[in-house]
Formats: sequence, structure tokens, C-alpha cells
Amino acid sequence: MLESLTDRMTSALRNLRGVGKLSEENMADALKEVRTALLSADVHFKVARQFVEDVKAAATGQEVLKSVTPGQQIIKIINDELTKLLGEGSTALKDKKPLRIMMVGLHGAGKTTTSAKLAKRMAKNGYLPALIACDVYRPAAIDQLETLGQREEIPVYTDRDSKDVPKIGRQGLEWAKAQGRDLIIFDTAGRLQIDENLVQEIVKLKKEIQPDEILLVADSALGQEAVNVAQHFHDAVQLTGIVLTKLDGDARGGAALSMKAITNVPIKFMGTGEKIEEFDVFHPDRMAQRILGMGDVVSLVEKAQESIDQDEAQRLAEKMKKADFDLEDFLSQMRQIKKLGSLGGIMKMLPGAHGLEIGDEHEDQLKHTEAMILSMTPYERRNPQIINGSRRKRIAAGSGMDVRDLNQLLKQFGQMRKMMKSMKGSKGRKQMERMAKQMGGMPGMPGK
Amino acid sequence: MAMKSFLSRFNEGLKRTTPTFYKAFGKVGGVFSGKKLDQGSLDDLEEALYGADFGVETATEIMDEIQAAYKKDKSLRGQDAAVIGAAVLRRVLDGAEPPEDFLTGVNPDVICLIGVNGSGKTTTTAKLGWRFTDDGKGVTIGACDTFRAAANEQIKAWAERLDLDLISSHHGADSAAVAFDAWQAAKSRNREVLILDTAGRLHTKGNLMEELKKIRRVLQKNDPTAPHHSWLVVDGSIGSNSIEQARKFHESFGLTGLIITKLDGTSRGGALVGIYRELKLPIYFVGLGEQKEDLQPFSVDNYVNAIFGLGE
Ligand SMILES: Nc1nc2c(ncn2[C@@H]2O[C@H](COP(=O)(O)OP(=O)(O)O)[C@@H](O)[C@H]2O)c(=O)[nH]1
Ligand SMILES: [Mg+2]
Repeated sequence: MLESLTDRMTSALRNLRGVGKLSEENMADALKEVRTALLSADVHFKVARQFVEDVKAAATGQEVLKSVTPGQQIIKIINDELTKLLGEGSTALKDKKPLRIMMVGLHGAGKTTTSAKLAKRMAKNGYLPALIACDVYRPAAIDQLETLGQREEIPVYTDRDSKDVPKIGRQGLEWAKAQGRDLIIFDTAGRLQIDENLVQEIVKLKKEIQPDEILLVADSALGQEAVNVAQHFHDAVQLTGIVLTKLDGDARGGAALSMKAITNVPIKFMGTGEKIEEFDVFHPDRMAQRILGMGDVVSLVEKAQESIDQDEAQRLAEKMKKADFDLEDFLSQMRQIKKLGSLGGIMKMLPGAHGLEIGDEHEDQLKHTEAMILSMTPYERRNPQIINGSRRKRIAAGSGMDVRDLNQLLKQFGQMRKMMKSMKGSKGRKQMERMAKQMGGMPGMPGK
Repeated sequence: MAMKSFLSRFNEGLKRTTPTFYKAFGKVGGVFSGKKLDQGSLDDLEEALYGADFGVETATEIMDEIQAAYKKDKSLRGQDAAVIGAAVLRRVLDGAEPPEDFLTGVNPDVICLIGVNGSGKTTTTAKLGWRFTDDGKGVTIGACDTFRAAANEQIKAWAERLDLDLISSHHGADSAAVAFDAWQAAKSRNREVLILDTAGRLHTKGNLMEELKKIRRVLQKNDPTAPHHSWLVVDGSIGSNSIEQARKFHESFGLTGLIITKLDGTSRGGALVGIYRELKLPIYFVGLGEQKEDLQPFSVDNYVNAIFGLGE
């Protein structure tokens, strides 16, 4: 019975004592799941395999938190490694003026829009941007850049009579410099990474304009070919960054991992919409969760890991069993619960607590209760029976609550203690349930 | 139509580089052409299947059949595996080809091209326009992308280059009104086909989906049976998300078919298999380049053979 009491109240805490280690066997199912998740998120086959292998090797032998399964724990580890890998390298652009940026990528990736977005963003950081139209192939590509430039009041260099891209680049650069521009962005045509002639074109353009940054603009929904695309462009022009686009869609975005793993080029920015300001620096943590798609498990393990003082939890459980649980203990327990986040969330994690609904009002009560206990002296907390009228006034005033609230707290705490005593070694789930119900009325105590 | 045979062109497009696929199955470049399968080559095979963006389901299905055959007969060769894989894929794609004569005979037969940003709608509009014209049909194009910067200029440039009839408005105009006007123009000029190029939109944007529905409503004031074809233009280099794209567009607009673009790259466009599995929408054309003639009718046999390096 007391077992179930602690179940409801502290098992999330108590159960987190480390037992067992991650092993090949107990990770197997989860790893398979992770691999499938990565593959269905379009992570390249080889990248997914290698990644899972690496993490498995590193994780084997690690301690398992008891409240989570080895599978859940490995998913969390994978998530962390994913975040780390995706986030490697700096998102910052080179800190110099003038800064020259060359944009490259496949057809329809979003290079032109991204050029304008980047210019606009950097203008806010004190740069004077200019755009150079180097897409001489797609019909009206020059018009598109010009329109965006006009809209955002960014000067655009165009040469509609020439197909000589390196020359356009050089002249655009001179033109921009002459105008005192210190951020010069070169928008190039979409090209297949296997189109030798067109790839040579950007190699020559690069030579001509000596860019400080070469950004690969890539659709976040790219499939398995993302690795070839990134690798080829990287080999040809040595990328300095990747920009992921169309993240306002619902692609899982495994291509990001593929490209990063293959080239080790940092992912610097992400496009999140068609509007010019829908553009942000890259957030590896969000991307990792998106790719893995197991955010629930990850946050469960995270919460368990971050917040639990396992020995303390065990001590409290013991005290509850012996029914010498005082307000000091109560406070300590409450704080652990608070660290865990929302009560509703915790209750869901507790094995025995399904069906217990906990709303926001309980969270408020938790705060109030904590305030009242904090206003007591340690001696009072350990010996609640000494809290008389004048102490009550002082405590209530100190916590900004009514004496009535404090009376309520003390009364219910007293009942709870009584019940703990009465249930020592006693029987039946019924009584347990009654207690849970009563606790529900107690400020800060989870219950119906 | 002056062009190379579909198969050779298609193969060319699919083969241009990245021989991994063909390596795995032996025919072209052959790591184990004629060689017996072993665990290593089976792994390569699995990799090749995933590498084609077939997705977990189809890749597993093909692997399972090959594994089963291998269990029975350890002397199975790479070529045999390719044949088995091709058979599975053919089965999965059964019915994916559109009827040969898909135009309804209603004048104008309205074809609406929709899809996410940059998937190739405008280019495909131009290619289709050229194709029908070349076939002796009268074509009008409606420039319903009134949103993207210089979208009008882009389709205008194509129309001039290919001498196509174009109805367009100004940037920011009501796209449904353009569709309406384009239909009226096509009707009065007695055109057989009206192709509507629409603005790119992500399938996750509810308001933009509403705009599409409005185009339909307005068209139906002219002809209650329009649009006769609503084709989703899907970038062949996109992975599994294209299934999600197709599902959402289908839900909100009611698709009648697909066009897969950019198969001249190294992508195998395997996501089309996933889309077909789920929605059973016929695949009308595939895009194999940026020129007007780089649009080919989809053929299951040609696709499957190109993928597995069979046939010819
Ligand atoms: N390589 C290749 N590029 C294509 C193909 N279809 C379209 N494109 C290119 O993809 C880019 C986007 O196409 P566009 O028609 O503007 O896409 P939209 O935004 O859907 O209208 C352009 O650079 C086109 O030239 C194709 O089949 N192969
Ligand atoms: Mg377009």
C-alpha cells in the first residue's frame, strides 16, 4: 500500500536510481527504431548506419536511469549526439568588411530569396548590402532579384546582355565597391552538381570574386541525393556554410544531417517562410528533434536526468514509509517536483498515476505552498505542531498569503501524516484511493 | 516530335552519373554483375534501394523478396536480384501510367499545375504548352502565379520563346481572376488546352490552400467540370516529404495526377513510388531537364528498367 502511495507521489524520483547498464542487447530494439526513424526522415542510408553505430559504441556500458528504459535512454543519447553533430562549427559569417558571399545550389532550392533575406538581415547588423545577379539562365531570374532588391531597397547589379558569369561577377563586385557597399551577395543559377560545365562556371566565378563565404542553399526536404549534392558542391568550390530552406514545411529534414555528416560544413541559417524576414540562424536542437521525431521520449529522459536528486528521493520515500515526514521533507519533495516541470507532465511519467488529472491551478497551489513553508523557520517545519496563532500570522504575512490558506495547509498536512501512520502495514487499495482523493484537496498535492 | 526515344533519353537522364545503383545490380559497371550474391552485396543492394528514395516500405518489400529467393538459392546472382526487384517495383507501380489519351475533349481542357515552391511548375507549364502545340493542339497558358517576384516575367519569357498564348495580370492580382480570364480567352480562341501555372505554396499553409480552392470555384463558373486535370508537380530530388505534400494537396484540392521533375539529376525519384503506393495517382510526365523537350510521358517499364539497369 505504501508502495502505491510512493508510486503516486515519488516513484518518478525514487525509481531513478541507476541500475543496470546499456548493452548491445537492451539497446537493440531502440536502435532499430532509431535507424528506421532516421531513414524515414531521409537521412542518407550510410549516414544513418554510421551514426547509429557510433552512438551505440559510445553508449555501451553507460548507466541506465531506472525510471526510463534503456531504449528511451539511448534515444536521448542519440538526440544529443544529433544536436551536437548538427551544431558543430559556428553559424557566424566571417567578421570582415567588405564581405563577399556566393550562393550556390540546385534548381528551385531558394537561392534568390535567400540572397535577399540574408542581405536584409545583415543590413540590420550594420552592413550595406548589394546583390549581384549571376543567374543568366532561368527566365526572369534577374527580374526576380531586381524586384526583391527594389522592394527592400537594396541595390542590384545586373547585366542582361552578357552570359559571361565570371565577368558579371567581377564587374558587379567593382560596381558594389564603388558604391561603398560592404556586403556583396552573388546569386547564381540553380545547377545540378553533376553538370560539369555549369559547375566549372561557379569555380571560375569563385576565382574571379574571391568570396569570403560560399553558402550552399538546400531544400530541407531533399532526399538521399543530398549527400551527393553537398559533396560535389563542396569538392568544387569548398563551401563555408549551408542554408536550409523551406523549414516552414513539414519535412523531417534528414538531409541536413546527411549534408553535415558528409561535408562537415556548418549549417548556418534556415529559411522558415516566403517573407523576407522569415529567416533565422540555424538551431541544431530543433532540427535534431525534427529529424528523430521522438521529442516525447527525449524530454522525458531529459527531465528525469536533469532534475532528480536520486538519493534525496530515496530518503523521502523512506521517511514516508515511516511516516515521519515533516514539512521540511515536504518542501524538498515539492522542489523536486517543481524542477521536473509541470505536474501534469510528471504524473504522466509515473507508472501508477494514469488517470490523475492535474491542471494549472495545482501548479499555482504548489507555488503558494512553497511560499508558506519558506516563511517558516526550519524548526517550525520540522515541528509543525508548534505553529501557533502568532506564528501563523507571521508566516502568512511573510508569504503574502492569508492565515486561512496556512490553516488549510497545516490541517491537511496533519491529516496526511495521520494517514501515513494509519496505513503503516495496512491493507487495501481502497484506503489508498481515499487518501489520494483527500490529498487532491491539499494545496500543492497532486490528486484528482 | 523530334526527340530521342523515350527510353534512351530516360536512361540517359537517370544514368548520367552516380552509378551506385547500377553497380549494386550489376548491369552497368557491375560490382557483381554475374557474380553470386553474398551478405556484402545484399547490403549494397539495400543501400541502393534506400538511396533511390523508395522509402522504408518499398525498400523492405524488395529486400524481403530478394532475401527469400536467396535463401532458396544461394547461387543467385546480382542480375537475378535486379530482375526480382524490378518485378516487385513493377507490381507496386501497376496502374501508375495514365490513359494514353487523357484529354477530355472538352474545350478547353483545363490543366492546373500546383505544387510547392521551386518544384518546377512554371518550367513544366512551358514544356507542356510546347508539347501540346507540337501535337497540333491549340494551347493557352494562364499565369496564375501573381505572388512570386517576377513570376510573370518568367512565364512571359517562356511564352515568347515558345510562341505560346499567354494570359497574365499584374503582380499581386487575384489569381482566380486570372484563371477566369484565361479560360474566357481560351474559349473564345477555341483552344483545346488551357494550362494554369499557379504560385508555389507549401502544403502546410492553410490559407494558400484556400486560394487554390478559389481558383477552382471561379473556373467552375465557366465550366462546372473544370479543372479536368489537377497535377501536382513534385521535385524528384525531394525525399519522403513529397508523400506528405501529395497527401495534403490531394486532401484539399483533389489531385488527378503527378508530374515528377528534375530526374535528370542523380536522384532516382523513388518518392514517386511512395506517393503512388499511398494515393494511386497516375504519373503523367517526368521532367528531365530545363529545355522545352525535356518532358517525357511516364512509363513504368522504362522507369523500372532504368532503375535496375535492365532492358534496352
Ligand atoms: N534540371 C532540371 N531543372 C528543372 C526541371 N524543371 C524545372 N527545373 C528548374 O527548377 C527551377 C525552378 O523551376 P520553376 O519552374 O521556376 O519552379 P516553380 O517555382 O515551381 O514554378 C528552375 O531553375 C528550373 O529551370 C527539370 O526537370 N530538371
Ligand atoms: Mg513558378
